[in-house]
Amino acid sequence: MTYNFTVSPDFNPGHISGWFIFNTWLQRAINEEIHLELYNSAHEQRKAIADDQVELIYANPYDATALVRDKGFIPVAQAGNKTDEAIIAVNQESPILNIEQLSGGTRISSTDDPDVRMMCMIMLEPAGLNKSNTITTQRDAYILIAKDLLKNDADIGFFLEETYSELSEMTRKQLRPIVRSQIHVIHHLLLVGPQLAHKKDKIQSSLLSMADDSKGAGVLKSLDFERWVAVEQEEAEFMIDLMDTLAE
Amino acid sequence: MKNMTPDDIPGEYQEHMFNYHDGTQRKVLFTNIETQLPEGRLIVSRTDLNGLITDVNPSFIEMSAYHKDELIGQPHYILRHPEMPSAAFNDLWSTVKQRSKWHGYVKNLRKDGGFYWVYATVIANIRNGAITGFTSVRRRASRTKIDESETLYQTL
Repeated sequence: MTYNFTVSPDFNPGHISGWFIFNTWLQRAINEEIHLELYNSAHEQRKAIADDQVELIYANPYDATALVRDKGFIPVAQAGNKTDEAIIAVNQESPILNIEQLSGGTRISSTDDPDVRMMCMIMLEPAGLNKSNTITTQRDAYILIAKDLLKNDADIGFFLEETYSELSEMTRKQLRPIVRSQIHVIHHLLLVGPQLAHKKDKIQSSLLSMADDSKGAGVLKSLDFERWVAVEQEEAEFMIDLMDTLAE
Repeated sequence: MKNMTPDDIPGEYQEHMFNYHDGTQRKVLFTNIETQLPEGRLIVSRTDLNGLITDVNPSFIEMSAYHKDELIGQPHYILRHPEMPSAAFNDLWSTVKQRSKWHGYVKNLRKDGGFYWVYATVIANIRNGAITGFTSVRRRASRTKIDESETLYQTL
């Protein structure tokens, strides 16, 4: 049987080849055939999940919630050096210096990445802003959000911090973060679905020792991961509870 | 729980004696000094079924002004400010015990007698169908909502 693996669409496009290399490494490590399918949007990926076409996923925290609670997915690991943080940025020449200077009618540029949207909307609350008094334009990629800010087509842009830091230096010089989340406990998770659950221990042990050999370490480097860290059910449940408290 | 002591309080303060629902008492000292939760931060804590703190994040520790070992195992009402009406907390506990999410604006008391306002959300942690504890997440509140809450709480 060939199992299907996918990665949350908010991954850095520069790591596409890294995920294919990882998939090749993983197939050898656990001696199973795995097909990697990368979806263009969160919407497409959710449809595949709903249709039970995914058995292994590197999921964003928002999707992990539904996968664990509703679909019986089991947490395996997280990237040891990464937590999900969000940045709200403005054009470098914007007069806005902090969140509380924003007012009703603020134009937002955002992707459909649900956890980043959620974190950033929370950070707007001190200014009394919410969905009903802001105008949001949805873009397919973070670089398009940067363009909206540079062209003054948006007042603020929502970014995954990791993605913001990987914008070109020239682009970043023309932007200015006004707030960065410091949540520390929200992160992507590698999850296995019920059909691949019998391989969870093998996958987990392979990932945990990945940094110990030169091939595995090279694969990690291609993903910009330092190492994988085991995640047990209760740790994932805690993060999911946290996401639940933040969801509307 | 220990009474608050003047040694921890900078400047002038007021006193209040709490009689908690569990039959214990505590003298708290409070000032008019406000500390704002910095933008982008979330305060996270967990309690057991009895409301005893089992886990706190660094923002919780920083804003409360306690050390972590002064918090773990203590009732969550260690943060209760005298100006918060008990009706708000009665509503909180009855809501989460029914497995619903509770939201509200809360004025919390710091170890140094100062205070900080937050918008709090509390949910029950449900494992295998049973409530095992509670998670609370607090975030920065808008000044407008704080002003509205202060006015409302004075009437309760």
